[in-house]
Amino acid sequence: MIEGDGIGVEISEAVKDIYKAAKVPIDWELADVTPIFVDGKTSIPPEAIESINKNKVALKGPLATPVGKGHVSLNLTLRRTFNLFANVRPCKSVVGFQTPYEDVDTVLIRENTEGEYSGIEHVVVPGVVQSIKLITRAASERVARYAFEYARSIGKKKVLVVHKATVMKYGDGLFLESAQKIAKEFPDIEIHTELIDRTCLNMVTNPAPYKEYVMVMPNLYGDIMSDLSSGLIGGLGLTPSGNMGDEVSIFEAVHGSAPDIAGKGLANPTALLLSSVMMLRHMGLNDEAARIEKAVLDTIASGKENITRDLKGTASTKHFTEQVISRL
Amino acid sequence: LLSTHLSTIGKDTNIKKGDGIGAEITDSVKTIFKAENVPVQWEQVDVTGLVEPANSLAEYPDAYQEAIRSLQRNKVGLKGILYTPVDRTGHPSFNVALRKELDIFASLALIKNIPGVETRLKDIDMVLVRENTEGEYSGLEHRPTPDIVESLKIITSYNSERIGRFAFDFAITNNRKKVTVIHKANIMKASDGLFRATIKKLGEQYPQITVNDMIVDNASMQAVSWPQQFDVLVTPNLYGTILSNIGAGLIGGPGLVPGASIGREHAVFEPGCRHVGLDIKGRNSANPTAMILSAVMMLRHLGLDGYADRISKATYDVIAEGKTRTPDLGGNNTTTEFTRAILDQLEKA
Ligand SMILES: Nc1ncnc2c1ncn2[C@@H]1O[C@H](COP(=O)(O)OP(=O)(O)OP(=O)(O)O)[C@@H](O)[C@H]1O
Ligand SMILES: Nc1ncnc2c1ncn2[C@@H]1O[C@H](COP(=O)(O)OP(=O)(O)OP(=O)(O)O)[C@@H](O)[C@H]1O
Ligand SMILES: [Mg+2]
Ligand SMILES: [Mg+2]
Repeated sequence: MIEGDGIGVEISEAVKDIYKAAKVPIDWELADVTPIFVDGKTSIPPEAIESINKNKVALKGPLATPVGKGHVSLNLTLRRTFNLFANVRPCKSVVGFQTPYEDVDTVLIRENTEGEYSGIEHVVVPGVVQSIKLITRAASERVARYAFEYARSIGKKKVLVVHKATVMKYGDGLFLESAQKIAKEFPDIEIHTELIDRTCLNMVTNPAPYKEYVMVMPNLYGDIMSDLSSGLIGGLGLTPSGNMGDEVSIFEAVHGSAPDIAGKGLANPTALLLSSVMMLRHMGLNDEAARIEKAVLDTIASGKENITRDLKGTASTKHFTEQVISRL
Repeated sequence: LLSTHLSTIGKDTNIKKGDGIGAEITDSVKTIFKAENVPVQWEQVDVTGLVEPANSLAEYPDAYQEAIRSLQRNKVGLKGILYTPVDRTGHPSFNVALRKELDIFASLALIKNIPGVETRLKDIDMVLVRENTEGEYSGLEHRPTPDIVESLKIITSYNSERIGRFAFDFAITNNRKKVTVIHKANIMKASDGLFRATIKKLGEQYPQITVNDMIVDNASMQAVSWPQQFDVLVTPNLYGTILSNIGAGLIGGPGLVPGASIGREHAVFEPGCRHVGLDIKGRNSANPTAMILSAVMMLRHLGLDGYADRISKATYDVIAEGKTRTPDLGGNNTTTEFTRAILDQLEKA
């Protein structure tokens, strides 16, 4: 477990308490990823790397990424260190928790290693900057294959590739072409494509049809679309995420470290809890996953007094945690 | 008037019709203008994006050259949206080429709830100001090997400052209070960092306007949960298309979002989320509201406020009354019937 910064400590505590109460057969090993700098590059301490490599799975709280401080974000560093190439983000309306949208049930797979997050930028002359969006066939095929396999594993029949190949003809074009090639390996799954503008428009107009698909897209679009989907169901406090690699998988809450409320006992641990539920399923602990998931969702549906302030409730982290435990 | 027909305003204005529903919705505008005796003479140029994108403007068919010349002459135009094929030629679409040729650097989309159109979220009233010439739409891509592509996103302080100034001036002219800079500077520290820093710095010259900033993923989430917080948003190119489409979804669809593309010398009015509508082309079912309200913006730009007021009021009244509706708003009236209803409303007024 990587507790993370800010509210990370509090929400990790909640997970540990709930797992103990649910008697989940997991011994947590804490990993400290406070970065060290090797040859001027942001790096993860070797002990943390060793721990994660040994355990193969990790649960991670939020790590702060200050805007414009000139070093590579730690989230990015983690993804690179462990080659976590696919980011899985499910998003499902919580029954009993009212938002303007009621019928959301989406899953998107975000390419996690390149695209707009390549980190390659040049100042050509003062006042002119270029950022390179890097798309490779290898990474595109790999994430596409993951999306098709994932679709098959959860019983969905369609994969939707979201892109902007009308404008980035070569870059997004290569992403699209790679997915189309991989699709041939999966005759039981249909491939569909859609421009990102259209996906935004349709998702906000009526998210229900997206139930049928697993979406897959380049890095930045995945970042944006997953936040958008979270917004539809009530915010980042409710959505889990998994970063999948060939060897290691790291499950994380996608919200930030919320420095404004850190240490005040107000944070909502749901996203981390639901991420941990994804982790349990990944480990084959399906019964424990189902029990904890149900207790969490039931708690959220049980009324304002049992949910945290980000969901317009009044509960503290501690009260919420107790409520989950009482429903196990 | 640039409508797949482009229409520039005749002699003085130019219509282009645009692909897909372009012809139908620009016809609606022409009908209304004619009935109202609006003192605008259209110079209509019909072009289509359904051609191979070319290396340079010079290689496009004559109609395209004519469209540009018409706009250069008239300075003001009304335009449908041109289709861009997803192909691998690597050439920019004509929409993009046109903006580059005329240095049309700012794109506007007005996202506002229209009374009578039921939506999940209410009281939305925001304006998207989008940088239109660079960013992810630079069209510069390299392919060092067949398996690797680098797409260049270009951000310059010149264009960032220019779009920032446009946003602040727009805010002041239209009595708006807040400008939010949208970026992803935590990841693209240099490029989006430059965009953000340039506009925030510029904001110091506008003490009457509140300036804040937000990363684009958060903004997308906020837009679907608390859009009422937004007033004027200023964005690099790609985030603009994303947010304008989210905005369109919030208020009832792209058929309701007017817009404009504005340069130093030219102003081209066109629907704000730039959808072609190929799927409903030729069925007489498109909602012309976005186009009519874009034309209303054009009238104000030309100082014809009286005509603008009448036409926009009639359009809003027809929508509020709710008897005549195109399919996108759950009705079963045609574009022609909706236009007719506006004409009737104008006669009553
Ligand atoms: N789990 C949570 N429980 C309660 N509130 C939260 C939670 N996560 C985020 N928030 C709230 O959402 C808002 C956005 O916080 P967040 O930290 O995600 O911002 P950020 O700019 O993405 O930060 P970072 O740089 O750490 O990613 C804050 O006001 C915060 O209080
Ligand atoms: N004026 C309008 N009235 C009614 N519906 C409209 C209007 N403009 C666009 N639409 C609808 O909005 C949706 C998006 O438009 P469009 O087909 O142009 O999408 P696109 O993303 O530009 O193109 P593509 O079909 O290649 O994805 C379509 O369903 C279209 O019919
Ligand atoms: Mg994000
Ligand atoms: Mg479009």
